[in-house]
Amino acid sequence: MTPERAAGVELPIEAVRPVRPGRWLGAAVALLFLVWLAYTIIVNENLHWDVIVAYLADGRILGGLWVTIQLTVLSMAIGLALGVLAAVMQLSDNPVLRGTSALYTWFFRGTPLLVQLIFWFNIGLVFPTFAVGLPFGGPKLIEWQANAVITPFTAALLGLAINEGAYMAEIVRAGIRSVDPGQREAAESLGMSHRQVLRRVVLPQAMRVIIPPTGNQFISMLKTTSMVSVIAGAELLTVAQRIYLGNFEVIAMLMVASIWYLVLTTIASVGQHFVEKRFERGHVRLSSRVRRNLSPLPAKEPPPSKEPS
Amino acid sequence: MSAPDQPMVRIRSVRKRFGSLEVLKGIDLDVPAGEVVCVVGPSGSGKSTLLRCVNRLESIDSGRIWVNGELMGYAERGGRLHALRPHELSRQRRGIGMVFQRFHLFPHRTAIENVMEGPVTVLGTPAAQARRQAEELLERVGLADRAHHYPSQLSGGQQQRVAIARSLAMRPSLMLFDEPTSALDPELVQEVLAVMRDLAATGMTMMVVTHEMNFAREVGDQLVFMDDGVVVERGDPREVLAAPRHERLRAFLGQVQ
Ligand SMILES: Nc1ncnc2c1ncn2[C@@H]1O[C@H](COP(=O)(O)OP(=O)(O)OP(=O)(O)O)[C@@H](O)[C@H]1O
Ligand SMILES: [Mg+2]
Repeated sequence: MTPERAAGVELPIEAVRPVRPGRWLGAAVALLFLVWLAYTIIVNENLHWDVIVAYLADGRILGGLWVTIQLTVLSMAIGLALGVLAAVMQLSDNPVLRGTSALYTWFFRGTPLLVQLIFWFNIGLVFPTFAVGLPFGGPKLIEWQANAVITPFTAALLGLAINEGAYMAEIVRAGIRSVDPGQREAAESLGMSHRQVLRRVVLPQAMRVIIPPTGNQFISMLKTTSMVSVIAGAELLTVAQRIYLGNFEVIAMLMVASIWYLVLTTIASVGQHFVEKRFERGHVRLSSRVRRNLSPLPAKEPPPSKEPS
Repeated sequence: MSAPDQPMVRIRSVRKRFGSLEVLKGIDLDVPAGEVVCVVGPSGSGKSTLLRCVNRLESIDSGRIWVNGELMGYAERGGRLHALRPHELSRQRRGIGMVFQRFHLFPHRTAIENVMEGPVTVLGTPAAQARRQAEELLERVGLADRAHHYPSQLSGGQQQRVAIARSLAMRPSLMLFDEPTSALDPELVQEVLAVMRDLAATGMTMMVVTHEMNFAREVGDQLVFMDDGVVVERGDPREVLAAPRHERLRAFLGQVQ
């Protein structure tokens, strides 16, 4: 058959795949190991599965779970706001603002979170009262007792949020710096103010770089909240500890807490995936680009977009 | 508002240095309203810096620049210059469009959203009205059918035409072009030059840094040759290009053509 006549004729590929015994062997070993692991865990009598199941939906455990969720969401939200503020300060022309921001990140990244939590909880030892008034010994308008204001929850929130802000500052700063300086110039030459440039052009693009590590921070925060147990924060781990101090089911209670931590982190991971996709707007991923370019079908029109808000 | 006999851009004795490097060494230049001034010169001669000084993306070390009769960057009160506040600078920039070599479209917004961005954010134009206006502008640059594409889905020439539409949406009285076709594949250069030609025909005042001598010859009212931070030669593009007086310009033309 000449090449000319071959054109237009379909030539399906039905190739025989090469056998790869190594792959099969590896899969079999891994599977065997997993089955053995599951078996030993399930039949292990010291694990008290009945206790674990009984306590999974215990009222106290669910209460601790709720505190963990609150602490995570609130301290991440406050931490993100602090991080954006510190990052913008660090990138400003004002040396005093830059220095303040640098001092903040230096101090809170340089000391252990555990120490910070205990410090905030005991802040009444340093500042017995908080007051609103003029600084440097001026008259006071309102005054609070530190011991009344600083509950384990507020101490935990202060510690986690302020510490998180120091890390978020670095993440946000890296995100802002990743945006092409030409973007800022294009926006400025449209007559946008600094704030508009930041809000409309720089931050939305920085988000692509900020979101993935922030998702990791969030997932990590779900577990970091357990450190609050040193100041009896009433979150998941503290509650589990309180229960096993009464019924001596140490391992079972730790399993209950771990199962809930796994549920939370799994949900957060799925959420992270969707948020990242949302901020991929305008950036065609390499994988979909390859698919589009290799596809025999004509490219689809992109969906019409929403009005800018 | 500017008097009819006043140039749209008036540049006097402008000097600019970056550290110890003096990039502009005393520039004088007028751009009459409705005219197209093409700025040419070798790399590093200060062409981009000059444009960026006109819309105040760069500050100047001495001299004066007026656009539309307004002193750029300063207010003169009681015989002294007062540096403008950021929001006053932003207001001055609104009236000056700028088109960059590398387009700098906002990648997270579609073509039409890019064009709407200035009016909606800066001028507070209602979205529906901004959208109608953006559709007209995209039509004018020949991209009505690409309105909902993101920049990454457009060719370089299409991106640059969207960038021109984005600048025009602010209804500028002056347009600055910094090598608008230098980043484009050769076959895409003409579609952008055609848009610029149409724009010039509407009477837009333009300052164009370019290496496209044919464009300068056909569209330019004035050609300015810069080298090493000074204006070496200027005049009617057809005359200057046909009979350059300075050896430096002859050498430069020999290289680009
Ligand atoms: N922000 C800056 N900081 C320091 N030096 C700069 C800066 N911008 C420009 N320069 C220098 O100023 C000189 C003139 O630069 P400019 O970009 O104005 O040249 P140009 O004529 O536009 O050149 P090209 O044709 O390559 O674009 C160059 O030597 C450049 O390195
Ligand atoms: Mg340049």
